[in-house]
Amino acid sequence: MNKKENFQWIGKSWTQVGGLAKAKGETVYADDIFLPRMLYAKMLGSPHAHALIKSIDVSPALERPGVIAAITGKDLPVPYGILPVSQDETALCVDKVRMVGDPVAAVAAIDEETAEAALEDIVVEYEPLPSILSIEEGLAEEKVQIHQYAAQGNIHKKVALEFGDTESGFSQADHLREELFYYEGSTHLPLEQHSAVAQLGSNNRLTLWSSTQTPHYVHRTLSKVLEMPASRIRVIATPVGGGFGGKTDPFQHEIVVCKLAMLSGRPVKLTLTREEVFYTHRGRHPVLMWVRAGIKSDGSITALHFRNFLDGGAYGSYGVASTFYTGALQTVTYPIANYKFEAMRVFTNKAPCGPKRGHGTPQPRFALEVLLDKFSEDLGVNPAELRLRHLVPSNSKTVNHLTVTTNGLDECIRKVTLASKFGMKRKNMLPEKGIGLACSSYLSGAGLPIYWNKMPHSGVQIKIDRGGGVTVFCGSVDIGQGSDSILAGIVAEELGIHLQHVIIVTADTDLTPVDLGSYSSRVTLMTGNAAIEAVKPLREQILSAASEVLKIEVEDLTIKNDKISLKDGSRELTTFVEAVQWAETKYGTLGSVGSYTPPRHGGDYKGSGVGPSPNYSYSACVAEVSCDSESGWYSVDKIWIAHDIGQAINEKLVIGQVEGSVYMGLGEAMMEEQVYRPGKSDIGGLHKNPSMLDYKSPTSLDMPEIETILVETNDPEGPYGAKEAGQGPLLPIMPAIANAIYNAVGVRVDEVPITPEKIYKGLQNIKSAKKAKNGEIGRIGPTKFPDVVFPEPVYVEPPQ
Amino acid sequence: MKQLLTLQINNETYEFWASIHKTLLEVLREDLRLTGTKHGCELGECGACTVLINGEPILSCLILPVEVQGKEIMTIEGLAQPDKQGSDCKAHPLQTAFAKEGASQCGYCSPGMLMTAKALLDKNSNPDRKEIREALSGNLCRCTGYAKIVEAVEQAAEQVRELTATL
Repeated sequence: MNKKENFQWIGKSWTQVGGLAKAKGETVYADDIFLPRMLYAKMLGSPHAHALIKSIDVSPALERPGVIAAITGKDLPVPYGILPVSQDETALCVDKVRMVGDPVAAVAAIDEETAEAALEDIVVEYEPLPSILSIEEGLAEEKVQIHQYAAQGNIHKKVALEFGDTESGFSQADHLREELFYYEGSTHLPLEQHSAVAQLGSNNRLTLWSSTQTPHYVHRTLSKVLEMPASRIRVIATPVGGGFGGKTDPFQHEIVVCKLAMLSGRPVKLTLTREEVFYTHRGRHPVLMWVRAGIKSDGSITALHFRNFLDGGAYGSYGVASTFYTGALQTVTYPIANYKFEAMRVFTNKAPCGPKRGHGTPQPRFALEVLLDKFSEDLGVNPAELRLRHLVPSNSKTVNHLTVTTNGLDECIRKVTLASKFGMKRKNMLPEKGIGLACSSYLSGAGLPIYWNKMPHSGVQIKIDRGGGVTVFCGSVDIGQGSDSILAGIVAEELGIHLQHVIIVTADTDLTPVDLGSYSSRVTLMTGNAAIEAVKPLREQILSAASEVLKIEVEDLTIKNDKISLKDGSRELTTFVEAVQWAETKYGTLGSVGSYTPPRHGGDYKGSGVGPSPNYSYSACVAEVSCDSESGWYSVDKIWIAHDIGQAINEKLVIGQVEGSVYMGLGEAMMEEQVYRPGKSDIGGLHKNPSMLDYKSPTSLDMPEIETILVETNDPEGPYGAKEAGQGPLLPIMPAIANAIYNAVGVRVDEVPITPEKIYKGLQNIKSAKKAKNGEIGRIGPTKFPDVVFPEPVYVEPPQ
Repeated sequence: MKQLLTLQINNETYEFWASIHKTLLEVLREDLRLTGTKHGCELGECGACTVLINGEPILSCLILPVEVQGKEIMTIEGLAQPDKQGSDCKAHPLQTAFAKEGASQCGYCSPGMLMTAKALLDKNSNPDRKEIREALSGNLCRCTGYAKIVEAVEQAAEQVRELTATL
């Protein structure tokens, strides 16, 4: 591996692989695929939030001219789900519907209009059931169950873990706080609607093109549900037009198009409408949190206790993992001596929640960082100072047995407060202006795969053509985060060649070795390490063949700028292409593989599988806001964010990921809400705003200036020391804004989104109560918490 | 029912039969296979389907092709101009700037964003940041936070000014 100062590509900013094709409109997304004789499919969604299916008759639809095939749940009865513990979905509902929009039947026709019209021909008889539309209703309703496999009533999953002795921790504290927080759900809103095309070839092999972040998991699911050997199925992930976690599950439409293609013998396309995308969801879980925390007067945390209720929606999805994630990563920023975590995920008759950028961690992070802001006021300490005093050290284990290899938070906080003049501004802020700080951490890839196995998480295969072209095969999916660029850059760096000689072939189960997919911020670290391993033997072969021909010791040779040259840089000896041909002459066809499996870093208690990662990224954010003290109307004026990236592989793309995370965090902080109509009426469970106009997201006019600072910690686990960039920088945005609003007008909004309306109410409360004390009077947030008994926790001794 | 349409797209004449209810977006993508133009909502909310009609940015999902017969339609496929000196199809400065600055992440909003930006630069080759943000406010992007997009438009504007100066 080259030394840092000699890097040709790493840490530089080169143009994204495929960037110009995207700007020229040449990139072929799933819905851009048109095949001869292709049919168009549509699915019929349930109008009820919760109902039994008494009967379905698709025969009238089949009579309509132009309709070629129609199917119901009976044609695809095998259950599936992304997690082995939650196999609770079917491609089309079999005997009951669990949410509005739950698909019950599908048709394929010669054009989209005919398919759409044919849906109206289908006769479905429902028997409505009482619907469950909130956490409270889910906890209260024992008899009417959304899923019978639930842990109890409609409680999907219960978790209770205790690390150390929290009661004794609380007794050692000088300050105690008990707080309630609420974090509203939000959705990914990718610009591209989900789309899939399937074709059964005359060789009896099925091909699915789909806009998916996880072709490998889709491949497994298709094999299971269609009851076909995986070797007869090819899944190709098309370039993903925005994912953010929303295209990480195997989906109904992906299975439906396959079945319809098999039945009709023709290619079939199904693109979801925007409304269907809102119901497909798998986005941020709404989470209600109760937090108890104790600190000493020096600010050290003696004990922390989180109790979370997650509103899961109608299906399991990643929900069990999400539930654990609402407890796993609180510990990796500041040392927590004793920690207790309890959570319940509740099924409700709404679109299923799952992983959205930050997966399960933005909610507790919001609570923790606002809580620290309150503590800093209790202690009369600057919030930055409070955090800097107590940071999880590098090379340590947290109370819940997570291994922290490097923690760059110290530098992040120092740089972001310096750049924003945080300390000075807090003392001398103008009226109606506020400044807030928050920090966070995220994993660079989950330490464990979704289904239990000991195989690699990422595989890379390389072949070198005798013309000098280097083709890299990998199952990873570029969802816009730049994973193709990372792969190309790393291979070019390791081989000492120009990027233009590297050809990237990804995300095709026929051609590429398995990579688990673009989720959990795993790709740079895992495919990067696999790529480095794959290059190694090829580089050795090329140099050894060159050494033999040139009669120069192999130790004295290197490859740089497409040339074989002396290591001391004094002479270029031959071209890379010629050396490749010498190597092929000596060794035969040039090819190699590399794979990566994360180290086993976690504890060995039940539930320890969620949280471990090869390394953790860290972020610190300062937000500056202006807030009208009459109306509560506010704007975010500037965001400063420092991110511990370990080592940037492509600096410009990293900054792009940070800016995109800030943007998405701002949307959640200020406006985004995935909400439904309440009540038991006919419209209960209807999405309130399933359109891009009504679901508010920030436009170019809403975005403040963002100043990004990259901090490099050179982590031993990452390729060249790299960590993740795509998710972590979202996490501190919401609490930084909440803390800034409090700093501006004295209103604590202990829930997300932080809307002007809520601030206005807080301002009214302050006015009527006259005396605001520590923000308690101007507080807006949840006031009630369900009184539910949690199971006895699993006690885990903290690491020695 | 179908109708005969004659459309001027990217300086070429297309004469074809299409269903009367189809929007310009559908005709472009499905009948002419000009799939560079994208759709995110088909309700006029996201801006992904923006094309230029006589130089004005128009949402192709909200317009019928009959309305634009006889007008100049430009889609993303027409933004790169053939190089008169050589055989290369030259990318527009906006396209090179988008690629170079990382203004396309997933790239799905890019065609619409680029057409809107092109209309802006044609009218004002020296826009300030506020004017750029204003012009692009109808085009949603979920990846970039708009930062790199605004930078790319600024950079392209500079190039456009240089190119105009050398003509």
